[in-house]
Amino acid sequence: MQRRVAIIGIGYTPFRPITPELSFKEMMFEAAQRAYEDAGVCPRRDIDAFVTCEEDFTHGRSIFNIHMPDNIGAVLKRIHTLPADGIYGLADAYMLINTGLVDVMAVESHSKASNMLTPNYLVAHAMDPVYNKPLAYNPYFIAGMEMNRFLCETGTTEEQCALVAVKNKANALLNPQAAYGDRITLDDVLDSEMMFHPLSRLEMSAPADGGIVMVLACEEKAYALSDRPVWVRGVGWCSDAPSLETRDWGKAVYAQLAGDMAYRVAGIGNPRLEIDFAEVDDTFAYKELQHLEALRLCRPGEAGLMVEEGGTLRDSELPVNVSGGSLGVGRLDEATGLQKVLEVVIQLRGEAGSRQLDDVQVGLAQSWRGLPANSGAVAILSNE
Amino acid sequence: MTEKIKVWPGTPLSDKDLAAKKVLLTEWHPNLKYAWDTGMGYGRYFAELKKGRIVGTKCNKCRRVLLPARVFCEWCFRTVDEWVYLKDTGIINTFSIAYTGSMAERLKEPVIPALVEIDGSGGVAIMHLISEVDPWKVKIGMKVKAVWKPEQKREGAITDIMYWKPI
Repeated sequence: MQRRVAIIGIGYTPFRPITPELSFKEMMFEAAQRAYEDAGVCPRRDIDAFVTCEEDFTHGRSIFNIHMPDNIGAVLKRIHTLPADGIYGLADAYMLINTGLVDVMAVESHSKASNMLTPNYLVAHAMDPVYNKPLAYNPYFIAGMEMNRFLCETGTTEEQCALVAVKNKANALLNPQAAYGDRITLDDVLDSEMMFHPLSRLEMSAPADGGIVMVLACEEKAYALSDRPVWVRGVGWCSDAPSLETRDWGKAVYAQLAGDMAYRVAGIGNPRLEIDFAEVDDTFAYKELQHLEALRLCRPGEAGLMVEEGGTLRDSELPVNVSGGSLGVGRLDEATGLQKVLEVVIQLRGEAGSRQLDDVQVGLAQSWRGLPANSGAVAILSNE
Repeated sequence: MTEKIKVWPGTPLSDKDLAAKKVLLTEWHPNLKYAWDTGMGYGRYFAELKKGRIVGTKCNKCRRVLLPARVFCEWCFRTVDEWVYLKDTGIINTFSIAYTGSMAERLKEPVIPALVEIDGSGGVAIMHLISEVDPWKVKIGMKVKAVWKPEQKREGAITDIMYWKPI
């Protein structure tokens, strides 16, 4: 039995650089309470299962999953935690509902990035301890190397990458929840400090705190509980080889295969025609371009040109990262992908206020797990 | 079974081999530092400990007292905003006599971790230590009282109570 699955509730806390007023538990509770209110469900009575997406080292507690149930109403209920991006949690919920195992499920992920004081060392700790760690301690050089190869293979220019940062930060000014909205120019980006050549400071997203919870339901429950369900039409995910030596440095193959899977599940043959707007990973500005190509939302090597011609602006053919993306909203650790799903849901519901897109039916959200990972997930949502 | 083996086959590595760099040795000290936001619940809980008081919150639906203080009840999943001061006396719900330290070292003087049910709280308990008593005389159900640090030495931490002693 295959069942349709819908997102019927969303809840979140504002995305801010620091959030001293809330412990991570209180942040999860606040986001969860809003999501359950939005869905019209009581977690103790109505929600069958829960999934959270968190990484132990990010939060500074081993076996972090034991600290999850109380904050989202899951005590003495079915819950599991993934050390993965939030879209993986969404995919789990999709599968459990789609196969008929549960009817209503909640997905949670949050960021308390401000509480992690040595993020560079945290990423360095993910590197191979024998082959790579002894070479250099700040692993963000990987982004510089990857960007360099991407520019070389596609002929994309540094200016085209920089335009992504200009666009996304401007988009974020219309998003009241975004932490890093700004009106900047191309020169501001190009003149900002060189961090890991050719990557400059304003092309790197900054961390933010925030919690996101979503409630998913089977078709029957979705119609009973919600007058504006947003359907999960497809999900996909993929991991490339972890080693720096054997991965593809020019292309985001993981995103391409995750996208292919999601398109297949959703029955989408021509993404360029059928996807109305997309929230794709833009942890670094060039990543947005690399991901657009991998997801076949433009022809190979043409993402830079598309951005330069304004083809991804809010009022264009394919608006990309209308929320502001990670460059404008802030990078939210494992909640990064859920923020992208959140924006797609808000747009498809027509609740995006001054940044609302006209006449949108199908949106795509894509995540990358961040350095030094080579994995990502895709969700395709529709309001029809 | 293994105790019957007198000589293990093979050549074990010794500290000398490591010092002489006969094997590839790589060392890494993860520099992971955190500054956790206490938020509203734990924030006030710790501030009150500094003042020598134990504060909890009370859910006005299930009537449970929550300790350490939290701003939501995980059973009823609702906001909790009634603060209640609790006594610093109670009875031992359960305990252990720990002869092994956190580095698995043998402790000459054992420590006694215990769950103390606070008097008059309806069964809410605090996780702490018992001292000033012969470990073998500690019993479940024993009455105990908190021994606080001197006021000027308190820092807003669970260790502002040094331990609990029998009364």
